[in-house]
Amino acid sequence: MKYLDEYRDARIAQALVAQIVQHTTRPWVLMEICGGQTHTIMRYGIDELLPCGIELVHGPGCPVCVTPLETIDKSIELALRPDVILVSYGDMLRVPGSHSDLLRAKSQGADVRIAYSPTEAVKIARSNPDRKVVFLAIGFETTAPANAMAAWQAKRQGLNNFSLLVSHVLVPPAIRALMVSDTNRVQGFIAPGHVCTVMGCKEYEDLVRDFRVPIVVGGFEPVDILEAILMLVRQLEAGEAKLENQYVRSVSYAGNLPAQQIMTEVFEVADQKWRGIGSIPQSGLRLREEYASFDADRVFDLGEITVDEPAECISAQVLRGLKKPPECPAFGMRCTPENPLGAPMVSAEGACAAYYHYRRHPVAS
Amino acid sequence: MLGHGSGGKLSAELIRDVFLPALRNPVLARLDDQAIVSVNGQRLAITTDSFVVKPLFFPGGDIGSLAVHGTVNDLAMGGATPLFLSSAFIIEEGFSIAELRRIVNSMQQAAAAAGVEVVTGDTKVVERGKGDGVFINTTGIGLVPNGVELSANRARPGDKVLLSGSIGEHGIAILAQREGLEFETQIQSDSAALHTLVADMLVAAREIRCMRDPTRGGVSSALNEIAAQSGVGIQLEEHEIPVCEEVRGACELLGLDPLYVANEGKLIAIVAPAAAQALFKRCGVIRWD
Repeated sequence: MKYLDEYRDARIAQALVAQIVQHTTRPWVLMEICGGQTHTIMRYGIDELLPCGIELVHGPGCPVCVTPLETIDKSIELALRPDVILVSYGDMLRVPGSHSDLLRAKSQGADVRIAYSPTEAVKIARSNPDRKVVFLAIGFETTAPANAMAAWQAKRQGLNNFSLLVSHVLVPPAIRALMVSDTNRVQGFIAPGHVCTVMGCKEYEDLVRDFRVPIVVGGFEPVDILEAILMLVRQLEAGEAKLENQYVRSVSYAGNLPAQQIMTEVFEVADQKWRGIGSIPQSGLRLREEYASFDADRVFDLGEITVDEPAECISAQVLRGLKKPPECPAFGMRCTPENPLGAPMVSAEGACAAYYHYRRHPVAS
Repeated sequence: MLGHGSGGKLSAELIRDVFLPALRNPVLARLDDQAIVSVNGQRLAITTDSFVVKPLFFPGGDIGSLAVHGTVNDLAMGGATPLFLSSAFIIEEGFSIAELRRIVNSMQQAAAAAGVEVVTGDTKVVERGKGDGVFINTTGIGLVPNGVELSANRARPGDKVLLSGSIGEHGIAILAQREGLEFETQIQSDSAALHTLVADMLVAAREIRCMRDPTRGGVSSALNEIAAQSGVGIQLEEHEIPVCEEVRGACELLGLDPLYVANEGKLIAIVAPAAAQALFKRCGVIRWD
């Protein structure tokens, strides 16, 4: 398959590894932001191919993982109301809230439906005028334009039974928060290619300048990741800090302007809580005042829900790159994809799930 | 509380924790796709399967043909010659008679093509909203020829894994139809009866340890079961596993692994190394190690 086979070619990958080995004279700590990249690294064993001085730490770029527990609890509460149809991306269903998950709510009779696109939820709202349809709109800049489009369509169609339960997060403020933190060890970033397909590379210029940290926008296939690592190592070894784009077949400097336009029309930047990380200023999106009637938080009286994570789960440290999943005592034993304690074990982009699926590890018997 | 089964680990836990402890007997405990019991010196294979597929009609088949192929194949995986089927229909009130007729006709055609007869049946009509159109259960009975011993606990170190064709077509055809996903070429379900192929294979080679049709849960789940029951590890060469371009593309797009996608007309055989060559020549079975 074009654009896939050549990026999974073992010979090209081996040649890149040889170049990385050749250029590396010192240890470096690199972070791949996106959970999709983490999965590629684990699946293809990229970390095991690298010279031992190069450490990859896994970033917070797993939308399901950073969605606050409160949002999950709210979605469950909404789903259990008889007049509500809750529509969600499939990977949210098993994410544990404080006491339940959407899948369990579904088996208790809640009308929970899976959609591949938020505009499907708009269609469901149109064909169920006597029900209230709520779409669980979570994610990074990648899903924001489609979620914005759903709100825009619903408004244009004059729907009064459609709303979004929004938990949108932005990558650059999260990198900034990591860089200013006392515990940061990261010396170079692989920026998320899909986010940058929407937003372009330009957003990352400030971070490179402010922190003198190299950032390479990277793709998701093994050759992409290896090339991005090589580009970072070259910069670090040369004492440089530049913004570079490895994922040129998808990402431009300015990004997808129509997508950005609809995002700006529907959403505004706001402070946002990240599960496991806490509140980061100006790191999320919320619906603008003109779209208040499509904001589930404002349409429904959900009250303030504050809850705590299970004490045993170390996902907070995993999401900040401070610990690796197998360092968790519950990993693979009391926490598995079937019975997860934390979100990173559930999501197809979660670091714990990546280690669980692709690594040898002790398992509960 | 019950989650929705995917044929993988959750179903296995349900069987291990709920059904086996209550119903345990030596035949059931083998957990093969079919039970093989002796009656007056004849070895009978019995199997049952319920079909709750949605949509009811899909490219390459429908719930009627699937209900025949699924049960015929479960018999065939035990090396049995399928003979008779029962069919039970659970029909939701208000279901279209024309569609029901279409399903039953398709069932008849699939049974005739497979050389089996539906010799008994049952219908139940449930209240509207208490079913999903039509559910079908079929039970099959067949005879196992002398000398044929296939079971998931017989795989040994050094054995080879054979696969009869490209994987993932049924699962993707169903998913595409259900979710209204449109691809440039329509992917057809591979739904087909496998007992003729099985009979040919049993003639071609003696040392076949076990066979599985990798339905729900796909090739990975089937091989995991064999590995667990035989106490062996199984290594696959990913690039040797045939996946057609359309299925690969759809899986890439949807984030699925073709190894976990359902098939309804493919078989996996675990065979002794010498048998692999013979089968490869005689039956054109695709081979990988």
